[in-house]
Amino acid sequence: MWALQSKGKNSWIEERKQLGRALSHKQCHVQYNHHLEFSRGCQRLTNHRPRQLARLQRSVLPAYPSERVEYTQLVENVKLLDRYTNRRAASGTLYLTATHLIYVDASAEVRKETWILHHHIATVEKLPLTTAGCPLLIHCKNFHVAHFVIGQERDCHEVYTSLLKLSQPVKPEELYAFSYNPKMSKDNREIGWKLIDLKVDYQRMGIPNDYWEITDLNKDYEVCSTYPPEIVVPRAASKATVIGSSRFRSRGRIPVLSYLYKENNAAICRCSQPLSGFSARCLEDEQMLQAIREANPGSPFMYVVDTRPKLNAMANRAAGKGYENEDNYDNIRFKFIGIENIHVMRNSLQKLLEVCETKSPSMSDFLTGLENSGWLRHIKAVMDASVFLAKAVKDEKASVLVHCSDGWDRTAQVCSLASLLLDPFYRTFKGFMVLIEKEWIAMGHKFSHRCGHLDGDPKEVSPVFTQFIECVWQLMQQFPCTFEFNEHFLLEIHDHVYSCQFGNFLGTCHKEREDLKIFEKTHSLWPFLLQKKQELRNPLYRGFTAYKELQPNTLPFSFQFWCGMYNRFDKGMHPKQCVLDHLLSCMNQKIKLEDNASELENKLPFLDGPLPSEACYLSKVGCAASKTSMLNTPQDYQGEPPAVLSNGISVGDANVTSDVEQKNKENLANRRDLHRNDSVDVLNSEAKDGKPQHH
Amino acid sequence: TLPFNSHLLLFLTSFLAAASSSFFMSCSRFLGSVGTIIIKCKDLRIIQLDIPGMEECLNIASSIEALSTLDSVTLMYPFFYRPMFEIVEDGWSAFLPEKEFEVLSSVTDEWRLSYINKDFSICPSYPPVVIVPRSIDDETLQKVAVYRHGGRFPVLSYYHKKNGMVMMRSSQPLTGTNGRRCKEDEKLVNATLRPGKRGYIIDTRSLNAAQQARAKGGGFEQEVYYPQWRRIHRCIERFNILQESLIKLVEACNDQSHNMDRWLSKLEASNWMTYIKEILTAACLAAQCIDREGASVLVHGTEGTDSTLQVTSLAQIILDPDCRTIQGFESLLVREWLQAGHPFQQRCAQSAYSNSKQKFEAPVFLLFLDCVWQILHQFPCSFEFNEHFLVTLFEHAYASQFGTFLGNNENERSKLKLQQKTMSLWSWVNQPEELKNFQNPLFEANSLVIWPSVAPQSLQLWEGVFLRWNRPSRFLDEAEEEMRRIIDYNRFLLDKVNSMRKQIMQTETEDGMDRMQEVDSAANV
Repeated sequence: MWALQSKGKNSWIEERKQLGRALSHKQCHVQYNHHLEFSRGCQRLTNHRPRQLARLQRSVLPAYPSERVEYTQLVENVKLLDRYTNRRAASGTLYLTATHLIYVDASAEVRKETWILHHHIATVEKLPLTTAGCPLLIHCKNFHVAHFVIGQERDCHEVYTSLLKLSQPVKPEELYAFSYNPKMSKDNREIGWKLIDLKVDYQRMGIPNDYWEITDLNKDYEVCSTYPPEIVVPRAASKATVIGSSRFRSRGRIPVLSYLYKENNAAICRCSQPLSGFSARCLEDEQMLQAIREANPGSPFMYVVDTRPKLNAMANRAAGKGYENEDNYDNIRFKFIGIENIHVMRNSLQKLLEVCETKSPSMSDFLTGLENSGWLRHIKAVMDASVFLAKAVKDEKASVLVHCSDGWDRTAQVCSLASLLLDPFYRTFKGFMVLIEKEWIAMGHKFSHRCGHLDGDPKEVSPVFTQFIECVWQLMQQFPCTFEFNEHFLLEIHDHVYSCQFGNFLGTCHKEREDLKIFEKTHSLWPFLLQKKQELRNPLYRGFTAYKELQPNTLPFSFQFWCGMYNRFDKGMHPKQCVLDHLLSCMNQKIKLEDNASELENKLPFLDGPLPSEACYLSKVGCAASKTSMLNTPQDYQGEPPAVLSNGISVGDANVTSDVEQKNKENLANRRDLHRNDSVDVLNSEAKDGKPQHH
Repeated sequence: TLPFNSHLLLFLTSFLAAASSSFFMSCSRFLGSVGTIIIKCKDLRIIQLDIPGMEECLNIASSIEALSTLDSVTLMYPFFYRPMFEIVEDGWSAFLPEKEFEVLSSVTDEWRLSYINKDFSICPSYPPVVIVPRSIDDETLQKVAVYRHGGRFPVLSYYHKKNGMVMMRSSQPLTGTNGRRCKEDEKLVNATLRPGKRGYIIDTRSLNAAQQARAKGGGFEQEVYYPQWRRIHRCIERFNILQESLIKLVEACNDQSHNMDRWLSKLEASNWMTYIKEILTAACLAAQCIDREGASVLVHGTEGTDSTLQVTSLAQIILDPDCRTIQGFESLLVREWLQAGHPFQQRCAQSAYSNSKQKFEAPVFLLFLDCVWQILHQFPCSFEFNEHFLVTLFEHAYASQFGTFLGNNENERSKLKLQQKTMSLWSWVNQPEELKNFQNPLFEANSLVIWPSVAPQSLQLWEGVFLRWNRPSRFLDEAEEEMRRIIDYNRFLLDKVNSMRKQIMQTETEDGMDRMQEVDSAANV
């Protein structure tokens, strides 16, 4: 262990070079050289396949540029086991920095690094000693599982204790966001925080209008400490009504507007459960609901939806909470939609992950496990509830008031999804950010507790937001052309909810974020994501106006297991050629081609009319990004170790050499072609089969 | 009555043309004076017809019943179908074994065509022409045929150009309980090995099943007599079990009242996905032996007409880029399914809605197509054809206006005179305007071996077949359209850029020439 104070840090590459240099003092020349080679490799790759590199960075090197490499702990001779194949384990060196655990594979021909952010670590386990060494199993919140084997027991224990400490900060100030410094000017940082303005979204809905107003009644958090200072309530509700209602709602979370469907004035409102007990009632609360109903003159009634299972809601009555009595409120239709509570969801995810982690499961094991986890059942329940809301608003033209217990978990899921179904704006980059800011961050979803940012009560942790993200993904599967962003955008957001690199998701509510001085001390995630828009967009998006409301099919077979999330780091399981990547590179190619075309058109002013087509030439058009080296790697087709094929020859060995050969050949071919005819071949990259074509 | 029937036939024919699938399980119920006929089609669609008039309805129902259960093949649609298109290339002669062999003989001279089965006397389920090692004469083949189930002696299935390794297929050897051997068989099998090399025998049955087969006169190659071969058993289920699986799966897909748990447990209980995984795994294993181990492979199960063909044809798709083109895939189907004697007529008679237990019915071919779809799903840019092509093949295998999938083997097909009396599916598919619909816009020729993942997480239910009629596909179709548009536009742009570039180059050279001439003429002056 030693300390390293680095000075100038421009980019993460620069910084990692310094880390490498520091390591070289510790007789790590080999790694350092590899390192330089790697960055050179990057350059070479970018010439051909920018998409693939981007993927590489994201998956293998989730490189969060950290501010300081304050100290580094180094352990050599560490093996990283592959969970699914029986290939020989990689051997390399483990580095601990202030923010990341970095594993550098020394045995591979190409430098391979695995970066794990300390904040992403959910659990660290020391498994019983084996002959190979001391196994250390790390589970991450983004579903990365790393199984290390460390030669020395003492080293293992040291890493273990360090990681325990690093992965469970006690004070909020220790979170990454407070030390993360992307070298952005103060002004830009502040502009970043202003990127998402909820008032603009309310304006978009036409608020303030005759029925709804934005009020600052909560500016000192007197109405509700977990609501933002500005809330939207019916104009007809007086201050006394609001205050009175807040006394009758759990934690003062009164009914406020979530989304107004402009077409027919039906609104989605949200709150927490009423403190009704067995018989209590509150005039102001009844007035509040009446005001909401009357703000939608088109409908004689409104829905009150309790998203809990009826039994849970009834049990709450004993504690002086509960649900609305239909007799006490005028013209409400009360309905339960049974979404389970955070504890059930936590256990469900746990079971799902166990299934995902099973080593070579049979199809039956997998499907049974998937069923027993109940995960897709819960996803369907959330989706069903959201569809109910959207239908009530759109088809029945009725306003809906939604609550669960505290109105910050299930309510947030259901309200945000219903908005997403109703309004194409929320399916754009900006709109989705607004949606998360509005329904999750501002309305007090307790990210800090649910994601376990700090060392705290494990029973408060629950994958509520993950479920929301998955529901959006399920919608993407059914409506591939309706979202401006792609799956990577969802994964990126999911990563950062846990990474604590940006201030957005810290704390539990607006007040707490103010107290933590989030807006002064940290950066906002959204500008950072918008910078990466090119790779996070959906090439199939047909634009804002192409689709309005979505009516998803919620029959069970419409829900798929999301391999890209829960087995995200098991690349071998994913499709080996990615349509999304292919199309994204097509989009980039298109821009280049259009430039080229207009340039050439200028050179040929006399040319007009259609051009002769060259069919044979066309059939070879393609994009390099769709090819990956994985193409040429067989999986383990035997359940058990390579017993069947081990006739003295190790299959694994053969694989490695031929893979590398193949890669070299590919590179060579690519380079050769590039030199021959730059302009055409960058566009017409057909030479990546290791077989250069001549034209 | 006859006029009524012919009228109905017309109606059915037009229906067929529209749906390109014949129906044909029907049941009727009555409500008041309106009769309802529910027609369950072989392509898994369910159609409900409400027909006013009890008698009308009964008549129609019984006619449909009669027409859907024809006794004789020669009464089936392909024999009456008259194509509305001009035949550019006759599909019947598009994939002749001699032509295929020409390609092989340009690479190696170790193989020969044998016409030993030209009158189907040696093996009734083999085609007249097969490819065998050059060193093995017809007399030996004759002896081997006696030793193999149904006379299906080992023949060449695939030659891996990269390393010269081969895949053979056959039926089980008839060793019986006393371990009978056949020296000629050993000679034939060993003739496919390179000196000093070993080979793998992939038996598509479990060891247990293979051992039990001995009691019925069958069996497997014993190590003592085949010392250069290593036997691997992979368990691929046999037909009646597969049929049950299909019925259960389709039932689960059609029942919309399920909750999530029930759906997942029914999907699991159908075992369909398990069979997909098993078949793919066996095929990958065969491909791995050939490509990675550099060993030759012999594949067989019991008869060698079902699971054997699944394995050999899928292995070729993994190994051979040609099989991933449209023409190549058609050729693969002709070689490894039609000529190899997969009994289509027996296996694809009723599809998923059969109410009577069909002894020989089994979705062997559908499972194969599903596996191809799984690979296509994992390598979306490596196939020239799209999902629609696979779905179309599924439909035509069960019901078609073309004669291609009629009969159980070449022998039966020649007796039915299909070539003369019916139209080949390939004549229709291979027309340029039809081909357009089957082309995958993402395709780029990829000469690599493609290794699919067989992890349960990587395999999916084939929605294009099983959920096709259960939910609207508008949004997915639009995505497909959008994708095609993006790629087509890029092609158009590239085309434009290239031809403009060419034009500029031409003008530049012309200018150069002009200048040269000027210089020349100046010099002359």
